[in-house]
Amino acid sequence: MNPNDEVSTSSTSVWPLWEVFVRSSRGLSHVHAGSLHAPDAAMALRNARDLYTRRNEGVSIWVVPADAIAASDPDAKGSFFESPQGKDYRHATYYTKSEGVKHL
Amino acid sequence: MTPEQTETTGHGDISVGVAGSGDSSASATRITPGNALRPEDIALEVRTGLVKPSEDVAEYALRLGDDALILAQRLGHWISRAPELEEDVALGNIALDQLGHARSFLTYAGGAWEKSEDELAYFRREHEFRSAHLFEQPNGDFAVTIARQFVVSYYQFELYRRLTQSTDATLAAIAAKAVKEVDYHRDHSAQWILRLAQGTEESRQKMIHGLKLVWPYVAELFADDELATRLAEAGAAVEPSSLKADFDRLTGEVLAEAELEVPQTPAAPGGGRRGKHSEHLGYILAEMQVLAREHPGASW
Repeated sequence: MNPNDEVSTSSTSVWPLWEVFVRSSRGLSHVHAGSLHAPDAAMALRNARDLYTRRNEGVSIWVVPADAIAASDPDAKGSFFESPQGKDYRHATYYTKSEGVKHL
Repeated sequence: MTPEQTETTGHGDISVGVAGSGDSSASATRITPGNALRPEDIALEVRTGLVKPSEDVAEYALRLGDDALILAQRLGHWISRAPELEEDVALGNIALDQLGHARSFLTYAGGAWEKSEDELAYFRREHEFRSAHLFEQPNGDFAVTIARQFVVSYYQFELYRRLTQSTDATLAAIAAKAVKEVDYHRDHSAQWILRLAQGTEESRQKMIHGLKLVWPYVAELFADDELATRLAEAGAAVEPSSLKADFDRLTGEVLAEAELEVPQTPAAPGGGRRGKHSEHLGYILAEMQVLAREHPGASW
């Protein structure tokens, strides 16, 4: 079997994965609710409706092909996310109010 | 939650209790049951004597309730057996919608004979069921189920859409709730008709085969009889034959888009509305009723 056969087999026998984002009725932004399999975007929306809005959770759904999402490397926590620690001057509360400035 | 919101919530005690209050609790998975009509509301109205269907209306409600009940039982069989988990859930959702409609119609019908929805569902015999033959047809493969669902949902949509104008307020209210759900069933089955018909050569053949199997049972859905005509003249019901033109046009559009032909099959004899059923209903009832009959009055 050549590599091309393998690709075509896997792409026809398993539906691709979609990530589902649901917006609740109160005007919040879309929140990641989970994932599902579907043959195409139209069916993914319908499956998402059946799986993630059964209990009145939402008024809007986004589905995104899972492989279209670029994610940060979970092993790179140190270099990616620890740098801001200790840099309290990046927070507004670091600064004292100057005298005479109103509306702060 | 503001006082105004509390006052406008239908089943305030439930939704407030579950949802909590304030925007801080809002999330993508927040649970509220909403305030649509429930079978329990109809049961309460029947029990307190607020509504009581005439003998004719009860018999009519029994037909629609039995259609939905038998289909729900059929569709429930797909759970854990569909081609994908997501389709399990989709068919299960449709089954539960149908079960909800059945509960409402049977609860209302039972008001005429002082019977509960459970007594009607579990303790009637085969010849006492009024469902049309289409609903008891076997699931077959996925394409057969989709074909059956396609016919059912386009029929029910046209029926419920008109029944919202019924002079019988309870029938109108049940239909108003059901028509939105059935609209989604239409969409689900139409999407699958298109995909199966235009997928692989095998899926197309199966779709053609499925439609050919269920089409003989279409005619019975649109057959008038004395009861339906009498009720339709009184404005309470919808004459089945009056739905046919819209059904033909709308299903025809989907089939044309899928490049499928409307099957030219002779009509099956029917008789479900008179309690004459095919060989399939007995088996469905045996499975559906066995627990209730083995343990009468059992509850969770």
